[in-house]
Amino acid sequence: MPKEAKRSPESFLAQAQKEEQRSRGGRLKVFLGAAPGVGKTFSMLEAARLKQRDGLSVLVGVAETHGRLETQALLEGLAVLPRRAVDHRGVKLSEFDLDAALARAPALILIDELAHSNAPGSKHAKRWQDVLELLERGIDVYSTLNVQHLESLNDVVAQITGISVRETVPDSVLERADVELVDLPPEELLERMRAGRVYIPEQAVRAVENFFRLSNLTALRELALRVTAEGVGAVLESYRSQQAPEAIWPTAQRIMVCVGPGPYSANLVRAARRIAGSAKAEWLAVFVQPSGRPLSESARLSAVENLRLAEQLGAETLSLTSRDVVEGILELARQRNVTKLIIGKSDRPRWREVIQGSLVDDLIRKSGDIEVDVLRGGPSQGSLASLLVEPSAPAPGKEYAVAVGAAAIATGICFGLFPILQLTNLVMVYLLGALIVATRGFRGPATLYSLLGVLCFDFFFVPPRFTMSVADTQYIFTFIVMFIASYLISHLTLRQKASMEEARHSELRTATLHALSRQLASTRGVEALLETAVRHLAKVFESEVMILLPGREGGLEVRATSAARSGLDEKERSVAQWVFDLGQPAGLGTQTLPVVDALYVPLVGGEATMGVLRVQPRSREDRLNPEQMLLLESLAHQLALALDVDRLQEDVRKSQLRAETERLRSSLLSSVSHDLRTPLAAIIGSASSLIQTAGNLAEKEASELLVNIRNEAHRLARLVHNLIETTRLESATVALKKEPHSIEEVVGSAIERLEPDLADRKLKTLIPEDLPLVPIDAVLIEQVFVNLIENALRHTPAKSPIELSARTADGSLVVELADRGPGIPPEDLERVFEKFYRTATPAGGAGLGLAICKAVITVHGGRITAENREGGGALFRFTLPLESGS
Amino acid sequence: MMASAKTVLVVDDELPILRFLHTSLSEAGFKVVEATTGRVAVELAATKKPDVILLDLGLPDMDGMEVLKRLRSWTAAPVIVLSARGQDMDKIRGLDAGADDYLTKPFAVEELMARIRVSLRHAERAGKEPEPLYRHGDLRVDLVARRVWVGKKEVRLSPLQYNILALLARHAGRVVSQTQLLKEAWGEEDTGTPESLRILVHQLRHRIERDPVRPRHIKTEPAVGYRLEDPTD
Repeated sequence: MPKEAKRSPESFLAQAQKEEQRSRGGRLKVFLGAAPGVGKTFSMLEAARLKQRDGLSVLVGVAETHGRLETQALLEGLAVLPRRAVDHRGVKLSEFDLDAALARAPALILIDELAHSNAPGSKHAKRWQDVLELLERGIDVYSTLNVQHLESLNDVVAQITGISVRETVPDSVLERADVELVDLPPEELLERMRAGRVYIPEQAVRAVENFFRLSNLTALRELALRVTAEGVGAVLESYRSQQAPEAIWPTAQRIMVCVGPGPYSANLVRAARRIAGSAKAEWLAVFVQPSGRPLSESARLSAVENLRLAEQLGAETLSLTSRDVVEGILELARQRNVTKLIIGKSDRPRWREVIQGSLVDDLIRKSGDIEVDVLRGGPSQGSLASLLVEPSAPAPGKEYAVAVGAAAIATGICFGLFPILQLTNLVMVYLLGALIVATRGFRGPATLYSLLGVLCFDFFFVPPRFTMSVADTQYIFTFIVMFIASYLISHLTLRQKASMEEARHSELRTATLHALSRQLASTRGVEALLETAVRHLAKVFESEVMILLPGREGGLEVRATSAARSGLDEKERSVAQWVFDLGQPAGLGTQTLPVVDALYVPLVGGEATMGVLRVQPRSREDRLNPEQMLLLESLAHQLALALDVDRLQEDVRKSQLRAETERLRSSLLSSVSHDLRTPLAAIIGSASSLIQTAGNLAEKEASELLVNIRNEAHRLARLVHNLIETTRLESATVALKKEPHSIEEVVGSAIERLEPDLADRKLKTLIPEDLPLVPIDAVLIEQVFVNLIENALRHTPAKSPIELSARTADGSLVVELADRGPGIPPEDLERVFEKFYRTATPAGGAGLGLAICKAVITVHGGRITAENREGGGALFRFTLPLESGS
Repeated sequence: MMASAKTVLVVDDELPILRFLHTSLSEAGFKVVEATTGRVAVELAATKKPDVILLDLGLPDMDGMEVLKRLRSWTAAPVIVLSARGQDMDKIRGLDAGADDYLTKPFAVEELMARIRVSLRHAERAGKEPEPLYRHGDLRVDLVARRVWVGKKEVRLSPLQYNILALLARHAGRVVSQTQLLKEAWGEEDTGTPESLRILVHQLRHRIERDPVRPRHIKTEPAVGYRLEDPTD
């Protein structure tokens, strides 16, 4: 028995994917430096020159030499791509020309400054996206990067240097790259800077002075070394897993980070990425919403944004709602075999924690064997509890007016009740008002009302009346209780309302997903699936929705649309093509081509990208928020899966059809070859004997042969016609041309065609004059009559009568053809309409005629049957609906 | 039958067909000119001035319909289109583009001769007063007095029924397309529907045919139109 390798399936898969990507896409090499001025561009150009000497076609896409002569000199002899001039609000910018680079398709392209942000209006927002596209198209790329631009180190660098960098590159980009460290000791770098050999943009001189301090540079250098070492470690592991599958592997760690809204949660995500990265662990990011206390819209969107960040950094992301946040987190963690939890620490005042309890403490207490890492959060952040923001939409002025009005009305009512009620009971009226104001859903007005209520109560009713002063100090207590009660009532009502709102929200989302999946599940066929999806999506997103699938010639075609127009212009088409080729969303609201008017989402199925979904909101302002984007993506995924399933079913159907066709083909060959050869043999034989005897034949004999040739040729023509007709009917290319026809006329032209064969046969027709017109395709039905009559002629003895009759019954036309021949063997009654089926009688025929009849009658919505008559003979009966459209 | 030899231009790219047409047409006393491409056909039609043109629509160099249009732009010589069964659209388009008649392949020589004869006769009569009387078997139509007899008995027809019969009689022996019938039988302002046309023909047959299921006079040209049989004297 072979020794079992201990490598997990996942690692095999990852390895395979990586290798496939390598073979398909280009390779990326990044020259990583700790800071500007270490010589990254220089090293890159040197390496490129070596490649060019090896005979590789090298193109310089972007190289920032900053006027340094020794760098400039390296450019000599390399092909340099002209920059694309961009005019942005009067400022002339020059940008990397991606399309020109793709058009020139070099083997290797150099692109300096990986973290650069492209000018607005460029295809991609970021240069690293340009690079990814080049790699996807199989072009190798050399690029440069300073370590502070790495996404996951962003906050660390900001801490070290005090300068936060906005231009970042996702770690995943660096992960697929071979990293070459361009190292220069900080002292030397400072030396170079003092000598003016480091390029510093004028507007940033001061910032740079702060930046280029020995301590900063040393820290950055350490970071750069570490990133490179991690890269080497990853390579090493990949090598080890290739070479030594039987090596012992530690049980996989799994890390889960709890994410909330706000920038500090983003830091938490980056930290989790670092921890997961160095532990070589899988990681997931989860956002747990308490079901009772929902988040404000903006907070939720911010949280979703953080989840997307985690996704970009390589995490699996989850979002769930739970009644108890701590329970929710732990349940999920156990379910997913999480070994380590990462949460943020609260900076809230101690007294609030005492009152509300600390989630962190709760989590740690209940976590059991799951390790919990608590990281520093930000001000009033990091703690999950403090993320719960109440509805925060600012109340319109009208709402405050309502609060004032409500206080006035309550006071009015109290005036009415004052003579009959005790003073303390009037408080109830005010509290009732608080409830009503709170149901309108705004915090400010509710608080204002609570305050106004107390003041009005004091001023109008508490003795001495019409002053703010209070005679009896007891009432001070009444005021306090009244305010607190009023405040609590509104607070609880608001929360209740918001919670209902949230429930409605998430229910809507679930319902949307559910509705689409149900509809898709009950739909068959690509066209119908697309139609369903378009209708559904257009309704949910109130947008114009289009679906594009690859057409026969390779390009994308609009296959379903909710819009009046059915085409796309050249530019829209190229965006769609890009999305399809690279399998990433683009357009409005994304990082790629955000200037176009619509959002393009790839339909990624089980194996490949199946197509592109285009969603165009009514205006640019109505663009999808991150949450809707997530919903759209899951809907797109669902559609893609449905298309996948449909394609698989179609494949199965096709292969069944192929088998069936194969079977038919062989029976066709055996049957038709006989029927084709017989008349051909007669024709060739007769003709050649005529030629051979050339005039020596008696007139009568010669003419007999000639008649023979003609008759056999006719027979051949009929057979060929039937074959063509069968193929045509089966290929489903026949468009029924149904028009109201007189059945008498159709029978007439059928008889006309058969005139030579009928000759002395008695064909009796019983067709009432007053039959209504029947909606039929006259050419096809005529063929039915011809085939039926021909069949009768062939299978019955000469001179035996044939009778054709027609009548109406139950909204149908009923046609019967009866003969007095030998009839049909009972076991054959069902099968006579099968293709290539022939009864044992020697009369011949290819077994196509009746099959054609059946096909034609069936497409007309009728039925055809065969039976034996009393007193001998066969009877064929078919019906045709008199109402068209059935 | 022929006073002087008439010229027939045969346009077909199939040599076996050309060979057999050549033999049978020469035998019948026609002068035969042959073309295998549309270009040559148009050229020959101009130089040889044929009396009848037999045109196959499937030509190697250009669309048969295009050839037909070019011919029709300057010659009135009758054109008979040759087409295969099942290509009904071609027949209709051909007739609409100015063809005089059509023949479905495969056809018998007698049929071809009958079509040529009818076409020549119509061409000769072009511009002259129409024949005042149509007679075929027991059917007689007086196109001047607008009266119809079957055998000795006069048949009364509605104006529309008569219009259809008269139109068919004036084109006797040639196919009259459904479009043409709908346009001409109903008169200027009004046009009928294919449905009403079929009902009228149905009624007409019950008036003038001995066995309407096997009509002797009004023949159906499936998917194209109707043809009244060539008159007999």
